[in-house]
Amino acid sequence: MKQKKAKKYGMVIDLDKCTGCGSCMVACMAENNVPFRKDESNKVLSITWMRVYKLTNGKPFPNTDICYLPRPCMHCEGQHEGHSPCVSVCPAIATDYSSETGVVSQIYTRCFGCRYCMASCPYHARYFNWWDPVWPDGMEKYLSPNVSPRMRGVVEKCSFCFHRYQLAKEKAFMEGRRELKEDEYQTACTQACPAGAITFGDLNNPNHAVHRMVKPDPKHHGRPTHPNAFRLLERLGTNPKVYYISSRDWVRRAGDNYLEHEAELKQTVHHG
Amino acid sequence: MSALDDNAKEIAEDTGGEGDATSSPEINTKKQDNRSAGPVILFFIIGLFASLSLGWIIFPKLLYSKKKQPIDFNHVLHMAEVEDGCESCHFFRADGTYSGVPKLDQCIECHEEILGDTPDEIKFFEEYVSKGREVPWLIYSRQPDCVFFSHAAHVKAAGMDCVTCHGHIGESESLKVYEENRITGYSRDIWGESIAGFKKNTWDRMKMDDCAECHRMTFNIEKTEVKTPTKRLIDHLIDVVSPGTSTSEKGSSVQTERDACFVCHK
Repeated sequence: MKQKKAKKYGMVIDLDKCTGCGSCMVACMAENNVPFRKDESNKVLSITWMRVYKLTNGKPFPNTDICYLPRPCMHCEGQHEGHSPCVSVCPAIATDYSSETGVVSQIYTRCFGCRYCMASCPYHARYFNWWDPVWPDGMEKYLSPNVSPRMRGVVEKCSFCFHRYQLAKEKAFMEGRRELKEDEYQTACTQACPAGAITFGDLNNPNHAVHRMVKPDPKHHGRPTHPNAFRLLERLGTNPKVYYISSRDWVRRAGDNYLEHEAELKQTVHHG
Repeated sequence: MSALDDNAKEIAEDTGGEGDATSSPEINTKKQDNRSAGPVILFFIIGLFASLSLGWIIFPKLLYSKKKQPIDFNHVLHMAEVEDGCESCHFFRADGTYSGVPKLDQCIECHEEILGDTPDEIKFFEEYVSKGREVPWLIYSRQPDCVFFSHAAHVKAAGMDCVTCHGHIGESESLKVYEENRITGYSRDIWGESIAGFKKNTWDRMKMDDCAECHRMTFNIEKTEVKTPTKRLIDHLIDVVSPGTSTSEKGSSVQTERDACFVCHK
């Protein structure tokens, strides 16, 4: 049911602005009813749709540099529309790619927990519910009514706050529109970031900030043409819709795997 | 074991004895039929009817508990009083969300004082309005919390009538008994009145299949042109022979080429 030009919602994260405060992680968990445990120290068992990683350049003082890297689901498009690593392996059609919005969805009631998608995801963006969620007394009242809590035995991940898209659509319908404005659909992490490091919008729309910031190249699966922009593991061909910006070369280089002697080649891959 | 063996022996002797007594084997079998087939068929029929009625009549009665609504609401009476039809009470909020069943605040706009002297009106006023308590309506169409349904998309964007999905509720003079599935806790209206799942009208059932009935057909809202299976096959063949040339519309789901699951699931 494509009415107008399809959307391709994506995110640009400016790593030079990110302070690693973790507001995006907190906002995401609160917004999406993400369950947590008493002891969250074991990161293999905890669930964080949005996760901030710490990168270091590995150099001794005084050249030490660190960078924080927030990692939501990349909502990969793949080499052709919808050939995301997770979507292409799901045996239950529990995860799907929408050609209307470009969002990779996860349908919890369809998922039977084989975790094939988790194995296929190169970004570790998918999490398994090892237990039913348990909320501290009284906290159920603070859960978001727009997001269903997940049960034990299913996989979950970032949805680009898809419920916010649905609600924005309802408002648009009410006002007799079919198109959303840029500021009507924004993710919780975008709005929570105190440094303004996260930008969200439609990558297909040249008027949206995300498009202006990275200038995706449609001939090369949306590879950023802006010299400071990069995507995680670009060379895998997953074609993610989350872009990163950094003025520091070592950070851009950390976004992918390189061989020792590849220093010059990298320039052509990223900036070419 | 030995007792069983003895029985078997006796039976063998019995039949053997009969075989000796009668001259022709055909008559022998006929006689046997007369003696055993009658009760077997009878028991089979009784058993069949017993199990059928158990499954089709008694089980559904046991499965659903019957609950009466707190107040027997009369839609006809209210439709005559209001100006805006269904939307007078079941309205859209400015942000596009749907109000559903009215809250007490809304009822009080008219029911500040007792209107009329029906027992339901008196009960409504004394138990709820004067005490400021919400009426605990039982919602026939309550869906699981993983379901997202947008009234705005259907009514405002697609221009559908309330009657198309809800039937002629507005013409009812009393509320029907609310039947709750004892196992799942959902209303019977979700599965439907018929335990076999047959339905005549759109509003007889409210399961996922009933939503999918419209949504699985890839259609263009403006033209409401529904694709037949033949058309879909032709489109598919065109796609295979020369990809990208078919003008057919596909659903937003890459996996199913229908509407994506995310349209209704959250």
